[in-house]
Amino acid sequence: MGHCSYDGDVAKATRGFFGRSRTARDPRLPPGQYDAGTDWPVLNAEVTPRLATDTWTFRVEGLVEQPTTWTWKEIRALPGDSYDGPIHCVTTWSKFDLDFDGVSVDTLLAMARPLASATHVVAFSHTGYTTNLPLADLTGGLAWVVWNVGGQPLPVEHGGPARLLIPHLYFWKSAKWVAGLQLMDHDEPGFWERNGYHDRGDPWLEQRYQGD
Amino acid sequence: MQVAAWRTATVLDVRPETATAVTLRLGLDVPLRHRAGQHVVVRLTAPDGYTAQRSYSIASPPDDGTVFDLTVERLPTGEVSPFLHDVVEEGDELEVRGPIGGWFVWDGDFPALLVGGGSGVVPLMAMLRHARRTGAEHLVRLVVSVRAPDDLYYADELPGPETMVVYTRVAPAGATRPVRRLTAEDFGTIDEHSTVYICGSARFADGASNVLLDAGVPPERIRVERFGPTG
Repeated sequence: MGHCSYDGDVAKATRGFFGRSRTARDPRLPPGQYDAGTDWPVLNAEVTPRLATDTWTFRVEGLVEQPTTWTWKEIRALPGDSYDGPIHCVTTWSKFDLDFDGVSVDTLLAMARPLASATHVVAFSHTGYTTNLPLADLTGGLAWVVWNVGGQPLPVEHGGPARLLIPHLYFWKSAKWVAGLQLMDHDEPGFWERNGYHDRGDPWLEQRYQGD
Repeated sequence: MQVAAWRTATVLDVRPETATAVTLRLGLDVPLRHRAGQHVVVRLTAPDGYTAQRSYSIASPPDDGTVFDLTVERLPTGEVSPFLHDVVEEGDELEVRGPIGGWFVWDGDFPALLVGGGSGVVPLMAMLRHARRTGAEHLVRLVVSVRAPDDLYYADELPGPETMVVYTRVAPAGATRPVRRLTAEDFGTIDEHSTVYICGSARFADGASNVLLDAGVPPERIRVERFGPTG
């Protein structure tokens, strides 16, 4: 039987495995990822919810000067922003062909005004899903709340009417059906993070699981 | 919760489940100690250091953890599953990591309605096997949906009073149920204390969820695992 090999070691080659051609490997692909092309796999742990935009809200709360709730109409009336670039799922697919429209999280935080003590955020969804992030990963043009993809309304299976978009981290951080952000002075694991996934999830560092 | 480091498992057995699925039996010298419903990651490494990794559900029930089964569906354009089907043989070594997952798990201590589509039966089979092994069959009901009899995994082992197979395209000879997708009738009376576990493609998971939601099951009682095309 086997022996242990640990992270950081050079892995032993698997007999007979050569993998797909790497001559044209896209430099935008982080380690261990592959290009899903036109597929956009759907992975979530809960029932796809039935959300109506007339009752939908988004809230920023916790360690902020001005806890704020936006209705669908209100958030759509904010100055818009867009993202056109790669996304990376921890299940090893990446995509390059999506462009999203929404609002920058910077715009929302500018209205709620985080307190100096705020260091971390739990993003929460209308389904009860949560995911945790350092506040610094949500500011400085790194994160959005988005409602359009490819110029069309975001399909419900991909988080519509609106989801969080934090494309520099693995995509489970980009909470589908997002309902708000809670700013905190400490880190608190979210749904997948309690179940073994990494607290930050940087795809370029392959931070897939706790301990990576 | 720390996920254990990569370690080397030895392939003890490879056997076909269907024309497009194999079960790999893997052996470890350090126990894995999984819970029913969890998965592991398998990593393949090429001679130049290139790696590809994919997640696969554990089909075997929790036990001493030194031997476990993965059932792998062959995705024709995939990179990892065709290798596991066509190249891997008894005695090979594979790198694995896990077990992973603390949500889509069942420890045998409350009623569970298990709903699987095609290859989605794999983690549910670990739960059924766990129930049967521990005398908790009365707590589980398993409904599996497949296109045709040839697509059914674990066909010899599945039948029992707590299981039902529905066919969406081709039914076995003598079947009285018309071929069609899952309907509320297929579930009969649903124990209101049940937690529902749905596993399959995104389309299957949403279809089955909608049937159960329309039948009055609250969404918070439904746990879903969607199998994506992760090759």
